[in-house]
Amino acid sequence: MGDATVGLDRRPVLLLTPAFFAIIALVVIPMAFILVYSFYENIDLAVDKVAFQFGNWKEVATDSYYHNAIWKTLRISLTVTVLAALLGYIPAYFIAMTKFRHKWLLLLLLILPFWVSFIIRTLSWIHILGNQGALNGLFVTLGLVGEPIRMMFNEFSVMLGLVHVFLPYMILNIYVSLEGIDGNLEPAARTLGAKPWQAFKEVTLPLSMPGLAAGSLLVFVLTGGSYVTPLILGGPSDFLFGNLIYDAVVTELNWPMGATLSFTLLVLLGAVVVIYSRFMGLNQLSKAFG
Amino acid sequence: MNAWVFIRFYTILVYTFMFAPIFVVLLLAFNSSQFGGFPIEGFSLHWFGELFQNDAIMRAFRTSFALGLMTALVSTVIGILASLALVRYQFPGKEWVTTFLISPVLVPETVLAVGLLIFLRWLHMPRSFALLLLGHSIIALPFVVLVVQARLVGIRKEYEEAARSLGANPVQTFFQVTFPLLMPAVFAGALFAFTISFDNITATIFWRPSGLETVPTQIFGMLRHSVSPEINALGFVMICITVGVPLLAGGLARYFSRKKV
Repeated sequence: MGDATVGLDRRPVLLLTPAFFAIIALVVIPMAFILVYSFYENIDLAVDKVAFQFGNWKEVATDSYYHNAIWKTLRISLTVTVLAALLGYIPAYFIAMTKFRHKWLLLLLLILPFWVSFIIRTLSWIHILGNQGALNGLFVTLGLVGEPIRMMFNEFSVMLGLVHVFLPYMILNIYVSLEGIDGNLEPAARTLGAKPWQAFKEVTLPLSMPGLAAGSLLVFVLTGGSYVTPLILGGPSDFLFGNLIYDAVVTELNWPMGATLSFTLLVLLGAVVVIYSRFMGLNQLSKAFG
Repeated sequence: MNAWVFIRFYTILVYTFMFAPIFVVLLLAFNSSQFGGFPIEGFSLHWFGELFQNDAIMRAFRTSFALGLMTALVSTVIGILASLALVRYQFPGKEWVTTFLISPVLVPETVLAVGLLIFLRWLHMPRSFALLLLGHSIIALPFVVLVVQARLVGIRKEYEEAARSLGANPVQTFFQVTFPLLMPAVFAGALFAFTISFDNITATIFWRPSGLETVPTQIFGMLRHSVSPEINALGFVMICITVGVPLLAGGLARYFSRKKV
């Protein structure tokens, strides 16, 4: 705040103090500690030595295991984002444009998944794709296959689970920006001779881009930071970068390495956020909660 | 019109995609089979009985409830104060302040979890319930700020000014005018914070002290083997709580606001 607030009302400063203090103590300082710890040296299980050495960073920079994990994470995040956009745009458009009397019901249903436990939504796919799942049950009953076919614990089921969990963020963001478009614009374009598809492509689609971008950013970053979904729905080789962090910290108790990997993930996903905010600003992100 | 039929059909399919898996969990909770999956062998409430006799699950439930309520309290108090500053006052750098308040959302939860854990390690403090409480509160704070802020914008300052001009002192004004008007925002924020805490697993796995389980980490632990029928029953109960409570609250709020008018 500093000099700018001198002579101004002190009340907003007082009101903001607890929140600022909490974020600095629980987010900003811990992020600095991640960086500091990434230079420490791991000696044994859960034992590390204060040091300033680049061993951990060298390992991350040179070992192809980490490179592959980074590429895989970016690839899966991008795929999940594109799938969510493809699945989400049309329903968002429908909710925004429909003259259906009970539109509130559609909106309520869109918010409902946020209230259903993440882990329940994730494991529910075992009931759909698993050997004792609904699809295999259906296939066997119909006589399409003799034995249950293996559809689970691969990259496909991981991506499906991620799309399922993050899709509402996408739809909600697109809906908010579609809802903000002046309803007269598309008819106006039609009057001027545009075909329905042209009117959509030239008027509505560009105006809904901020919502599509905000939804995509959220889905990308949320997917990129995941590690629980691959643990539940993936096989041994279906890991994201977050799983490496989980392994380093929880399984191997290698704190310096965990810190190095965490900082790497923070920079990777942070770069995406920065690029986005250069073009869009961060305001759009908060609109979906209005 | 043909395009519109396609759009409607597509929307129905996507909604089915979103809800069919959840519906299957609700359905399988009543399956009498020994196994957690299909086929359905018969209707039974047996697994709910098992659930309530399972000490570990009941303990996890109590932990999650206490944690959720305390998280709601902490993050709502901090969040309301910050939102009041943002909505009611003009000051330089407001946009920057808003971005800062929302910034914890943009940090991947895994990174947030490791960071806080390392900070604590540096302070030579063990993992504890307090860590979970502080951690959940900071995860919930940005959402509380966003939700509360959106509600606050709708409350007009004129009511307070009218109360003051009619002779109420600032304290009276706050408790008799501002606070009742704030209640829906407080409630919405608290409910949101509770849900976020009750549902959190990503950071909780890192932060929980050994031996302490919340409902999601308990389910995660039980999943190592396979989906048991108990997990389905537990899923049913959780969905009833996390969906039922906000729906009921929303419905009641609507009912009472209608009555007043």
